[in-house]
Amino acid sequence: MLIKVEAIVREEKFEEVKAALNAIQVNGITVSQVMGCGAQRGYKEIVRGSEVDVVMQPKIKFEIVVSSEEWEKKTIEAIQKAAYTGEVGDGKIFSYEIRSALKIRTKEEGYDALQSEYE
Amino acid sequence: MNTGDTGFMLICTALVFLMTPALAFFYGGLVRRKNVGNTMMACVAIMGLSVFMWALFGYSLSFGGNHGGVIGDFRWLGLNGVGWEAGPYADGIPHLVFAAFQMMFAMITPALITGAVVGRMRFRALVPFIALWSIIVYYPMAHMVWGEGGFLAAIGSVDFAGGNVVHISSGVSALVLAIYLGRRRGYEHTSYRIHNIPFVVLGAGLLWFGWYGFNAGSALAADGLAAHAFMTTSISAATALLSWMLIDVIKNKKPTLVGACTGLVVGLVAITPGAGFVPTWAAFIIGALVSPICYFGVTFIKQKLKIDDALDAFGCHGLGGIWGGIATGLFGQSSINSVAKADGLVFGDTQLFVAQLISIVVTIAVAVVGTLICIGIVRIFTKLRVEPKDELVGMDISQHGENAYPAFNGFD
Repeated sequence: MLIKVEAIVREEKFEEVKAALNAIQVNGITVSQVMGCGAQRGYKEIVRGSEVDVVMQPKIKFEIVVSSEEWEKKTIEAIQKAAYTGEVGDGKIFSYEIRSALKIRTKEEGYDALQSEYE
Repeated sequence: MNTGDTGFMLICTALVFLMTPALAFFYGGLVRRKNVGNTMMACVAIMGLSVFMWALFGYSLSFGGNHGGVIGDFRWLGLNGVGWEAGPYADGIPHLVFAAFQMMFAMITPALITGAVVGRMRFRALVPFIALWSIIVYYPMAHMVWGEGGFLAAIGSVDFAGGNVVHISSGVSALVLAIYLGRRRGYEHTSYRIHNIPFVVLGAGLLWFGWYGFNAGSALAADGLAAHAFMTTSISAATALLSWMLIDVIKNKKPTLVGACTGLVVGLVAITPGAGFVPTWAAFIIGALVSPICYFGVTFIKQKLKIDDALDAFGCHGLGGIWGGIATGLFGQSSINSVAKADGLVFGDTQLFVAQLISIVVTIAVAVVGTLICIGIVRIFTKLRVEPKDELVGMDISQHGENAYPAFNGFD
C-alpha cells in the first residue's frame, strides 16, 4: 500500500522537520511554501498606528509518499515531534492512500518506485 | 556669475530630481503587489509630463512677470529669453539653472498627491488631472510664494524650500481627491497592504539624500545659509525618525521599519519651510514634534474619519507641512535669513507668525478649490475611479496590461 503523508507546519520548523525525516531515512520529500489559516487566525501587524489584519499565515507543506503503514506511523511521529511547540498554529498532518507511483527514469512502479539505489 | 554656485546648484537640481524616482519606490513598496506598477508609473509619467509642461509654459507662468501677485505670464514661453546669464531671481547662477532647479519642484509636488489615490484611480484620469493641477494649483502657488511680486511673500510670510508650495498644497489636494474617489475595496478589513518594505527603505533613503538638494539648494548659492539648511534638515529628519520609533515602542512595544522610514520623511517635510530660517536648536523641536502630530493625525483620518488617504499623502505631507509652516512662524529669525522681515513668536514678534498662519490658510484654500476644479474638468471626459472588476484584477493589469513581477515565482 502506498500512503501519502502531508504535513503543514510552522515556517520556522522547516529545518527541524527536515532533519527529523533525514534521521529516520525518509529521503524523498517535496516541500512547498503555502499560505493558510486555522485556529490561529493570522497575526497582528501595526502600520503607522493602524492594525493590519494578516489572516493568511505562511506555512511550509511537506509531502512524503511511503510504502507501508509502519513507515506512515514512523514518519508522522517524527514530524509531530519535530514540529511541536504546544502553541496554537503548530499545523496538521494528513495521510491518505494513493493509487499509483511511477519512477520516471526507470519506469519502476509501486513499492519499487519509492526505493533508492544510493543507500 | 559664480562658477562655484553654479556647480553646486546643478548638483542640487539633480538631487531634487532623484526624489521623484525615490518616491516611486517609497510609494511602490507601500502598496499591494498587483498595484505596484501603476503606483510607480504615476511618478514616472509625471517625470515626463512636468518637465515638458515646465519648459513649455510652466516656468513662465510661475516666475515670469506678475499679475495681481497670483500668477505670471507667457514672457518666457518655451524658455525663450531664459539663458546663460543670471536671471532676476539669483545673481550668481545662470537663469537656466534656476529654471531647472524649480522644475524639479514642479515634478515632485504632483507626484506626492498620487499616494492618496493608489489602487483605484484611472490612469487616463490621473494624467490630465496632474496636468490641470500643475496649472491651476502649482504654478499660482509657486508664484504667490516665490515669484516676483507674489502676494504671500508680500504679506511677510516665508517658505524656504516649499512647505506651502510643495507639501501643504499636495497634501490637501490629495485629501480632497481621496474623499472624491472613495475608499478602496476591502478598506474596512485593512487600511495598509504593504508588499515590499525594502523598497520603502530604498525610497526613504533616497528621499533624504535628495532632500539635501531640495533644502540646501534653496539657498541658491554654495554659502553658509546652504550649510545651515543642510544641518537643520539632518537634525529634523533624525529627530523625527527617533521620535516615531519611540511612539511605536510606547504604543506597540516594537519599533517598525516602516515607522522609522515614515518618521524620517515627516521630519524632512516639517523642516522644509524653515530650514533656512530657524536656528539649529529649533530643528530638534520641529523634528521631535512632527512624528506625534503625523502619527495621531494619520490614525484619526484613517480610523475616525474613515478617509482612505491610502499612503497618507495628507497625513504626512499636509500635516507635516502645516506644522513646519507654523514652526517657522515660531522659531524663524531674520538674523539667520533677512528674507524674513520679523522674528518668530518665541522671540516676541507676532508679525511673522500671523503671516505664516495666513499663508497656510490661503494655501489650503487654493488647494481645495483648485483640486475641485480639476476634478470637475476631468470628470467631463472620464470617470475618475476604475470599475470594480478592474480594481479587483489590480491596477497593473487593468491600467497598463503589465505585471510588475512576471517571474516572482520563478515561472517565467
